[in-house]
Amino acid sequence: MPHFVIIAVSILFDGLAYAMFLFITSVGLSVTMGLMGFVNLAHGAFAMAGGYVVVTLTRTLGIGFVPALAISAVVVGAVSVVFERFLYRRLYKSNDLEQVLLTIGLAFMAIATATYFYGPIPKSVPLPEWLQGDINLGFRSFPSYRAFLIVLGVVLIAVLWYGFERTNIGAKIRAAVDNRRMAESVGINVDLLFTLTFAVGSGLAALGGGLAIQLFGLSPNFAVLYLVLFLIVVAVGGLGSLKGTLLAALVLGIFDTAGKYLLADAGGFFIYAVTVVVLLIKPAGFYGRE
Amino acid sequence: MAASERTIPDRKATRERAAEYLLRRHRFRPAEALPWLIAIAVYFVFPDRMTFGSQVVIMVMFALSLDLILGYAGIVTLGHAAFFGIGAYTVGLGAARLGWTEPISGLFAAAIVSAFFGFLTGWFLLRYRGLTLLMLTLATAIMLQEAGNLRSDFSGGYDGLPGLVFKPVLGLFDYDLYGHTNYIYALVVLAVVFFFVRRIVYSPFGQALTGIRENVRRMHAIGSPVHRRLVTVYTIGAGIAGIAGALFTQTNAYVTLTVFDFDNSAKVMVMLILGGTGRLYGAFVGAVVYMVLEDKLSKLSPTFWQFGIGLLLVLGVLFAPRGLLGLLENAGKYLSKFRSKP
Amino acid sequence: MTAALEVQGFNRSFGALPVTRNVNLTLERGARRALIGPNGAGKTTLVNLITGALKPSSGRVLLNGEDITAVSQSQRARRGLARTFQINQLFRGLSVLENLGLAIGERDGHSNNMWRAIGSNRAVLDEALDHLESLRLVDDALKLVRELPYGRQRLVEIAIALAQKPRVLLLDEPAAGVPSSESHLILDVVASLDPDIAILIIEHDMDVVFRFAKQITVMVQGAVLVEGPPDEIMHNEQVRAVYLGQEYGHGANHG
Repeated sequence: MPHFVIIAVSILFDGLAYAMFLFITSVGLSVTMGLMGFVNLAHGAFAMAGGYVVVTLTRTLGIGFVPALAISAVVVGAVSVVFERFLYRRLYKSNDLEQVLLTIGLAFMAIATATYFYGPIPKSVPLPEWLQGDINLGFRSFPSYRAFLIVLGVVLIAVLWYGFERTNIGAKIRAAVDNRRMAESVGINVDLLFTLTFAVGSGLAALGGGLAIQLFGLSPNFAVLYLVLFLIVVAVGGLGSLKGTLLAALVLGIFDTAGKYLLADAGGFFIYAVTVVVLLIKPAGFYGRE
Repeated sequence: MAASERTIPDRKATRERAAEYLLRRHRFRPAEALPWLIAIAVYFVFPDRMTFGSQVVIMVMFALSLDLILGYAGIVTLGHAAFFGIGAYTVGLGAARLGWTEPISGLFAAAIVSAFFGFLTGWFLLRYRGLTLLMLTLATAIMLQEAGNLRSDFSGGYDGLPGLVFKPVLGLFDYDLYGHTNYIYALVVLAVVFFFVRRIVYSPFGQALTGIRENVRRMHAIGSPVHRRLVTVYTIGAGIAGIAGALFTQTNAYVTLTVFDFDNSAKVMVMLILGGTGRLYGAFVGAVVYMVLEDKLSKLSPTFWQFGIGLLLVLGVLFAPRGLLGLLENAGKYLSKFRSKP
Repeated sequence: MTAALEVQGFNRSFGALPVTRNVNLTLERGARRALIGPNGAGKTTLVNLITGALKPSSGRVLLNGEDITAVSQSQRARRGLARTFQINQLFRGLSVLENLGLAIGERDGHSNNMWRAIGSNRAVLDEALDHLESLRLVDDALKLVRELPYGRQRLVEIAIALAQKPRVLLLDEPAAGVPSSESHLILDVVASLDPDIAILIIEHDMDVVFRFAKQITVMVQGAVLVEGPPDEIMHNEQVRAVYLGQEYGHGANHG
């Protein structure tokens, strides 16, 4: 097979895996920001927390990796409700700056707590047999883990799409993102909706965090380091849009991977350059409103 | 209505009183001497902490530059460290690559270069608000850092440009090991910068900035060239941040790419919020309190320090959104109400 | 003689919903025209289009004969087009005097000054106080806008527009939200405005309309239904139907 095709396929594969990670972790942030207009910079901390829960479950309690992912998502999602009800709720009417500061403060507290309990050294998790190793397709072998990530991503996209587009609740969410006051006047309980969406979004973030361990290693700084990425995906995709987050994750994930493959050092540039270009042309992102 | 029952002299008196208040407002108040007196006193009381002292002064200037942009004009940016870094590297590269070691002209160069970048980026980016602007400013700062990293042979990268030597200030004052000269140098520069910032804040232009922050819709409707005003203040803020960065390189004789870190942008925001935005002296209070706390606490345990800052931010937003100066104001109002009760 | 303000064929849609349909409007110098119509008729949208806060999808607007369609909102304001908002848009954290000062400063370029202190320009201060005097607001000069009762805030809203020394003034329900005990203050002010200024006033209160207006434009569902002097409008069948909701349109209320 010609060399450039192998490179292209590698870029696509790795890019897709990266994109799936970005999507899973960022979609919750996009929907909650679109729904409530709340700038939640602690989102990365929820992802980080999810990762550490998986670490504890697998290393200390001997639970398998995949079940640990599921449990972590549920636990973090449930805990996030407490934050939403008692803390975030008070700032829905506040300005951007205050929301930014409060959530950054929470993120700092979370990082410090993680450092205290887990230490600053990056952690890894034991993977089951079938996730280690490679799948050999002749011209190249592909890490099974990344293939898993892609498959999982596709499944989640399908589930989320179905939930968003085909269920009653999904319709209500879309209505509320579109026009909150209208939705409220029609009798939709936007508050409850938001709590639910927030929980699911945080749970997904936790899942993303757990999945990230194998890709990037997990250290407390994850909360802030990758936050920038999530924010970029959300901004480029457009707030409150499933389609937008997916498209942004794909574009940014593949461009970033391509950049790193083809231009090594300069590669880190790409993702920011793409962001700036997209936002200058479409300030509300691909599928954002107004 | 009471006014129609008033005599003409009465109405004139009210009018005069209103005019007098505005006419006097910009005059220096005695309390304003306080921070400067303290700064001078520190020189004599803590002669062995002067290197730390210069860094505090530099941070005050950095916070002041952000206050113009954030506190007065209401522009929320996550990339202000970019201008600090540009100023720092203008001086650093100037010294390391061009042999330009005269400090005061270095300050001017840094101010001009960062102001220019401020103008360029501001002109494009300030058409946007909210999350879009946050992301654009953040991305710009990161890209600058990455660019520096790309040519780390030229820029010194994260290891930095070491061994920078600067000529004595004004050709007269030699640098001493304890940083005494640096402290006074930084303080004098701060005083000059502050003088200009204060004039801007009390000028009609400064008032217009407040108007833009308070109600930009109204400003458009009364004919204010909002974008032009925002770009102007952003450029000035960038220039001042550049001077702070230049001082940083000069007083440390060293600079690395970490000056562009998001951490730096976040830090200066925390300082400003701590002290209180839109208050001129909030930068002083916030920067000093933050730096002193960091100096004491982060040595004990960086983890506890980080937790503490986080907690401070959370509590601050919930209970003291206008910072320490805001709390002081509230206390003052409360006391005067108390006193005026019969 | 050139009209003070002329709107030619304004069209505008929000998504698939047309909110302004081929609207033409003329204000001569010294005009006293009321713009009336049911809720959702597109009156405020029209004002937003005229001031430049919104862009029309087609149409032109001329100020004193000059085409200002491509001119920005703030530039239009500087050329003498002022408006008040239906809900007060004031600088709530600033004093009444400062609110006016801002309007005057932007008008005469004083606000470009970064060096001299605000208080140093006595002329601006005096002019602001003159405006306040004519509106009986001097006592409130140093009070913060947010400390004033809504009725007096509404006066400040008008004062700001007047401080721009406009040639065309667009008032969006100036007495809205003002308790009836205070509304006469607003209406007295409106009645005593400079006869040279061309004024368009959006209003729901028919007493106000008939007292103030020499011409009335009726808008329904984004289009002009009919125009004319007050007695013609009062006896117009279609207008009565609109307001009594009889034959015209099926449920003419759009959000």
